[in-house]
Amino acid sequence: MHSPQLNAAGELTHLLTLEGLPADVIVRILDTAIPFVSIAERDVKKVPLLRGKAVFNLFFENSTRTRTTFEIAAKRLSADVINLNIGVSSTSKGETLLDTIDNLVAMNADMFVVRHAQSGAPHLIAQHLSAARRDHIHVVNAGDGRHQHPTQGLLDLFTIRHYKKDFRGLTVAMVGDVLHSRVARSLIHGLTTLGTPEVRVIAPKTLLPTSIASLGVHVHYDMAEGLRGADVVVMLRLQNERMGGAMLPSAGEFFKHYGLTAEKLALAKPDAIVMHPGPMNRGVEIESTVADGVHSVILPQVTFGIAVRMAVMSMLAGA
Amino acid sequence: MNAPGLPDAEGVLSTLVERMSVEVDADALLVGIYSGGAWLAERLGAALPGEHPVGFIDVSFYRDDYATKGLRAKVASTALPFDIAGRRLVLVDDVLYTGRSVRAAINELFDYGRPASIELAVLIDRGGRELPIEATWVGARVAVARDLSIVLDRGVDGRLALSVEPAGGARA
Repeated sequence: MHSPQLNAAGELTHLLTLEGLPADVIVRILDTAIPFVSIAERDVKKVPLLRGKAVFNLFFENSTRTRTTFEIAAKRLSADVINLNIGVSSTSKGETLLDTIDNLVAMNADMFVVRHAQSGAPHLIAQHLSAARRDHIHVVNAGDGRHQHPTQGLLDLFTIRHYKKDFRGLTVAMVGDVLHSRVARSLIHGLTTLGTPEVRVIAPKTLLPTSIASLGVHVHYDMAEGLRGADVVVMLRLQNERMGGAMLPSAGEFFKHYGLTAEKLALAKPDAIVMHPGPMNRGVEIESTVADGVHSVILPQVTFGIAVRMAVMSMLAGA
Repeated sequence: MNAPGLPDAEGVLSTLVERMSVEVDADALLVGIYSGGAWLAERLGAALPGEHPVGFIDVSFYRDDYATKGLRAKVASTALPFDIAGRRLVLVDDVLYTGRSVRAAINELFDYGRPASIELAVLIDRGGRELPIEATWVGARVAVARDLSIVLDRGVDGRLALSVEPAGGARA
């Protein structure tokens, strides 16, 4: 099946999901991000690749951090960035998603960075642009519903490769709210595609999707068991705002069983790294001493995230 | 081995070293353009009299054909292990042709600071300029057909060699 993410020449033209994205494309994005890391250390933190291009940040769902990192990435590529907080504008006046897009296309948009509560919204926009023969406009999924958050998955892969060099031979454990986590879904696809032999998810049954085993991961309900020998521990945010009904007794109870403490982390490999996509809830998913400790690479993840987003945007705009 | 019709790269490098030795500033910083120019800058840094710290530059983010050709598959990190502000720089490249890579390199350098001067040393000048750019030092002048690219390679023993390939190839 032809992937809507790749053009006829096999170049990345939209980034919608890591599912089904070929390993060589993922590796190329990660490789391209390396030289962008050093741009941030220069006097002039800008390169001219997207000069004169208009990047629209369409956030139908709030996320200050993700929007900011996309904005910084686009600005460091010299693009003009327009932030639209759609949640409180057009949609509330009754405009449909595709009408909003058509209006922005009429304003000569070159790229849409889309965050939407509905899974598949970025895909729908990409299809709509393609049907209208607007193949020069690119779409980046910045998180759609419970589906995917591909740039977060890529920055997680970049971080893991930075510290561990190679995916073959690694044990990666993801802990927490897997059910609501598009971060987990993207990372699982990426890790599997790049040949990670052991991917584990650690969560209570109520926070695991029923189809989880079909993704090729090992499921653990007991955190101690799941952390044993792990090279990488990825903590997921407990998504309070996504939780309807009684999936959990309490945040305190969750921390007792699935919170990361120094004591539990000692079960992982001595050189294990601890990651978190942010924003983190100290004392709910992760103890402060671990979040601020020597194993934590949570802040480097943020820095690498900008470089990875610059790589993605510059590959798309050049396709 | 060099391709027929092309000069021996090591011989041309010796000529270039000779020409530069008497003229280059004793404290000039060398900046090699990836990948051929980077190898040459390392060699020049060792061969030229005086102290010449060596840095490397990848011009991919400054190329003027990005809009039509996209980003190149392999982008290396620019690494300038010195402050260029107020210093004399020598840009080093393997082949000077249209002048567009040199234009891109100069633009990138100015995002690191304001150098006192920038000069240019190239192993081969093949003519065909599309911009008003000339080299300060040239190892050899070579004429080849427009549809061919001159490529510098470095063997496992570190020896440099020149060859030609069809233009527009992976290395073009």
